[in-house]
Amino acid sequence: MSQVKASNEPIFWTLFSAGGVVAALLLPIQLLIFGLAAPLGWLPGVSYSSLAVLMHSPITRIYFFVLCSLPLFHFAHRFRYTLYDGLQIKHLNEVVFAGCYGAAVVGTVVAGWLLWRM
Amino acid sequence: MSSAGQAPAIQPASVTAGAPAYTEFHPRWYRRPVSTYWWMGNWPYVKFILRELSSVAVAWAVAVTLFQLAAINGGTSSYANFAQHMRSPWLIVLNAIAFAFLLLHSITWFNLAPKAMAVRLQGKRVPAILISGPQFLAWLAISGFVLWMYVRTAS
Repeated sequence: MSQVKASNEPIFWTLFSAGGVVAALLLPIQLLIFGLAAPLGWLPGVSYSSLAVLMHSPITRIYFFVLCSLPLFHFAHRFRYTLYDGLQIKHLNEVVFAGCYGAAVVGTVVAGWLLWRM
Repeated sequence: MSSAGQAPAIQPASVTAGAPAYTEFHPRWYRRPVSTYWWMGNWPYVKFILRELSSVAVAWAVAVTLFQLAAINGGTSSYANFAQHMRSPWLIVLNAIAFAFLLLHSITWFNLAPKAMAVRLQGKRVPAILISGPQFLAWLAISGFVLWMYVRTAS
């Protein structure tokens, strides 16, 4: 029984691609509002109570889960290859792989846990 | 080597003729090692590395969001603490750099789509702008909607 070992690359590439779309569409405005505009006073600050009401909606929570999870898998794939090609640390393949995808999985679990108990 | 009565040991050609030894394995060609900084000093290569490094900004933006979600979970004082931290100058600088990289990611990502998929209509290649254009519009619309939601919640 000889079988060609199936590559798992398509799965990672699909996650990379989907994460790239989500990151491109959602992250700039997210960081612009909460990382720059609100702290610098360009936009009014949001009160905790109204934010809590917004976060109560399942749609908002799904939105934030997608916003956190998929871009992390995009990061894992792209950063892994940046280290391979850019810094040429091919001898650390396994460590880099575990670090990048480990971070993505941990981030996804943390996001899910935080949003679940909100 | 071979004493009388024994077959002479087979000698590698190199020993007898001074030629490279025969090997059944493929030789390792000499490759000049590529410098770690191969991408420096050439703008398209630098652009490539900057684009790839935008993934760090993506991870950063997600990390900030995760801290924010944790702060919301922690209650009023915890969120006030988070908002206070976000006003610190070094976080503003980091966020500004990350935002620039996020813009680079978005723009290069939308411009990549027409190169990745060659759509043909009636035998003619659909112009790149017709594929990347709607993505830029969707980006604008979604960003506008999120901004509107924020302002609505804030006021």
